[in-house]
Amino acid sequence: MSAATRPISSLDWRGGEAGPERDLVLRGARVLDPRAGVDGAHDVVVRDGQVAELAGAGAAEVPGAEVVEAEGLSVFAAFFDPHVHLRTPGREDEEDLETGSRAAAAGGFCGALAMANTEPPTDSAPDVAALRERARAQATVPLGFLACVTRTMSGEELTEMSEIADAGAVGFSDDGVPIRSARVMRRALQYQRLVDLPIALHEEDPELSGRGSMHEGAVSAALGIEGIPSISESTMIARDAQIAAFERARVHVQHLSAAESVAVVEAAKAAGVAVSCEASPHHLTLTDERVRGLDASFKMNPPLRTEDDRRALIDGLRAGTIDCIATDHAPHSSDEKEVPFEQAAMGTIGLETAFAAIFTELVLPGVLDLATVVERLSGGAEPFGFRAPRVAPGAEANLVLVDTEAEWEVGAEGWESRSQNSCFAGARLRGRVLMTVAAGRVAYRQRSFAMGVA
Amino acid sequence: MRHLLAIEDLERADVDRIMARARSFAEVGRRDIKKVPTLRGRTIVSLFYESSTRTSSSFELAAKRLSADVVAVKSAGSAVDKGESLRDTIATLSAYAPAAIVIRHPYAGAANLVTGWTSAAVINAGDGKHEHPSQALLDAYTLLDRLGAVDGRRREDLDGKRIWIVGDVLHSRVARSCALCFRMMGAEVTVCGPPSLIPRGITEALGVEVAHDLDALGEADVVYALRMQRERMSESFVPSVREYVAHYQIDSRRLGARQLLMHPGPVNRGVELSPEVVDGPASLITAQVESGLVVRMAILYELLAGGEPRGAGAADRDAELPAPTPIGEPA
Repeated sequence: MSAATRPISSLDWRGGEAGPERDLVLRGARVLDPRAGVDGAHDVVVRDGQVAELAGAGAAEVPGAEVVEAEGLSVFAAFFDPHVHLRTPGREDEEDLETGSRAAAAGGFCGALAMANTEPPTDSAPDVAALRERARAQATVPLGFLACVTRTMSGEELTEMSEIADAGAVGFSDDGVPIRSARVMRRALQYQRLVDLPIALHEEDPELSGRGSMHEGAVSAALGIEGIPSISESTMIARDAQIAAFERARVHVQHLSAAESVAVVEAAKAAGVAVSCEASPHHLTLTDERVRGLDASFKMNPPLRTEDDRRALIDGLRAGTIDCIATDHAPHSSDEKEVPFEQAAMGTIGLETAFAAIFTELVLPGVLDLATVVERLSGGAEPFGFRAPRVAPGAEANLVLVDTEAEWEVGAEGWESRSQNSCFAGARLRGRVLMTVAAGRVAYRQRSFAMGVA
Repeated sequence: MRHLLAIEDLERADVDRIMARARSFAEVGRRDIKKVPTLRGRTIVSLFYESSTRTSSSFELAAKRLSADVVAVKSAGSAVDKGESLRDTIATLSAYAPAAIVIRHPYAGAANLVTGWTSAAVINAGDGKHEHPSQALLDAYTLLDRLGAVDGRRREDLDGKRIWIVGDVLHSRVARSCALCFRMMGAEVTVCGPPSLIPRGITEALGVEVAHDLDALGEADVVYALRMQRERMSESFVPSVREYVAHYQIDSRRLGARQLLMHPGPVNRGVELSPEVVDGPASLITAQVESGLVVRMAILYELLAGGEPRGAGAADRDAELPAPTPIGEPA
C-alpha cells in the first residue's frame, strides 16, 4: 500500500465560496495541530489555497485580505470523515451530495468518504464515475467514493476492482453488511495487491447477530429485545486480521463498538498486521442505557454497548489503537424511525455534532485531551491514502475555526443534513464550528458568525 | 396513572391501589347484576396486532362491565393488512376520541410510542418480548387472594415468598413483568430454564436468581411455568421437546403438596406442564383467568376514573374506597 501522499484537494468537489479568492487571515486564534506540533496563539494566513504563514498573534499584515478576528477562538487542523452515507443514488429524500457535504462542512470536516451501500449499490466503474461527476457539481467539501467489494453487495462475487480503481474510487467496502464468506474476503485481499486501495470492513457475524437490534446485555435482558453480542464483531475482526496477515494485505476496520474488538485490533497491530480502525462519536459518548426508553434515535449498527465498552474505546483512541474518529453519518427518513424500536432503521446522523459531542462529553470532563481529539478527528485521511490536514506553512489549507465556549442546542436551528435522525438531538453541547476551510477554500461559515453577531 | 405501559414504570402504591380496586370489583362480580356505569359513554379501542384469546376477551369484557363502548380492531383484515403504519392507524382510531387504547404489538415499545400520537390513555397488552403488565398484576392479585390472610388481615404483599419462573424466559414478556411485579411486592424470584433461554444479564436487569435445573424447586412457594413454543426447537435453543420435558416439565413428582402452580396460558399440555398438574388442586390457572377480568376492570378504572391517592397510605385503606354501584340500583 502506498503512503498517504494524495492531497485532499484531489477528491471531487465544486470548490468553495464563489467570487474572487481573497487571502484570509484568522487573527489571534489559538492554533492547535498536534501533528504539526503547533499549539499557541497565531495569525493564520491562507493564500492561494495554502497555509502561507503562521505569524505571531496580531503580527500578520496582509493587504486586501479578509480578516477574521479570532481572539478567544480556536483553529484546528480540519476534520476528515472516512465513513459517511450520502444516500446517493437512490435515497436522495434522505441525503444527497449537496446536503451531505454541507453537513460535513458545518461539522468542521474538510472532506468525507461516502460508502457504497446506495440503491442500487455503487459497484461498477460507471457508478463511481457518475458520483464523482455529481460531486464536482454539488459538493461543498471534497468527497471520495468507495465502491462495493462484492457485486450488489451480496458478498459472493468480487466487483471489477481494478476498473473501479481506474475510475477513481478511493477504496472498497460493503459497509452496511459484513462479508460473510472468509473465502470471498481472502480473494478480495489478494486482489487488493493489484488495485492498491484500502478495503474498509463492517465486521459482524450475521449468525451471531441474528435478528438482534441492540447490544446483548442487562439492558436487552430488561427490554426483551434480541441482542447483538460483542463477539459478533470481535470474532470477525479476528478472522479478517488473520486473513490480512496471511495475505500481507491491509484492512481498515469500521466503527469499533466493543471492548473485545479493541483488544483484537491491539493484538493484531502488535503482531505487525496492517490494520487501521475507527470509532464513532456516539460509541465514544453513549451507552446502551440510552436504549431503555426505546427511542429509535439510539438504534445503530453496531449498537451502543456498555460503559466498559465505551471506556475501552476511549482508551484505544487515546493509545492510538484506534486511528481515527468517523461519524458513520447515516441519514434516515422519519418514517423509518417513528416505528417500534425493533422495526426501526439503524443509524444516526453525526457530521454536524461530532466535535461538539466529543468535546462536551470527553474533553471538558478531562477524559481526553483536546490535542488527541483533534488528531483523531483528522486521522481518517491517512488510512485512505490522503495527507492528513495540517496547519503548517506550505500545507494545503484544511482548517476549522471553533468557538469552544459556545453552547448550543442540537437541532434547535435546524440541520444542514436533509435528515434529522440524530442521537444527540435536543442535547446542549459546547463547542461550535464557526468556519471551515477545505482544500484552501472557505466551505462553511456559521450563520450568526458570518453576520458578525456570534 | 396516565398510562399502563410497563411494571417497571409503576410504584408500589400504584399496584396496591389496583389490587384494592380489583377486590371491590370482585365483590360486584358476585352480585346478580355485574355491570357498573362508571365508564358509560366512553369509548375504549382494543388494537391487537397479535393473536390473543384471554387478554383481548378479558379487556373487552372488563370495559363492558364498566359500561364503556368497545371497538375491537384486529390486524388481520384491517388497514394494517394493507400496510398502514402504526402511527397512521393510531391517528385514525384517535379520531373517534377514545378514552383508552389497549394495544398488543409484536415489538417492544409500541405502546410507549402510541402515547405520543394520541390523547387517549394507553394500556400495553403485550409489546414484543418486553412487558405484559396487566398479566403480572392479575397474577399478583391471584396470589394475594390465594395465599390467604396474615394475622387475620388480608394479604397485601408477597414478603418472604419464593417464586420460581420456569421455562423460556428469553422470549417471555410475562416473565419480565411478573419478575418485576413479584419482586416489587416482596417476593424472591428465581428464573429457571436451559442456559440458551435465560438472557445474559438477567440478574442485573431484573434482580432475580438464576437456576438451570429443578433440583432446588422444593424451596419455591409458587411455581410459575411459561409456555414453551415448539419453534424454539428448530432454532436450536433446545435440542428436542423430549429433552426439554425431561429437564423442565412440571409434573406431580416435581410439584410438592404445598406448592402453588401458575401459568399464563395457553398451556402446552405435556410440554411445560404434565396434564395432571394442570387440573390438580395446586393449579391457579383458572383463578388467573378469573382475576384477569377484575384486575383489568381495576386498570381501566384507575386510568379513566380513578385518581392519585389523596395522601400517603390511602391505598392501605381499601375500606374507604367507594363501592361501585351496580346498574339498576339507585346510585
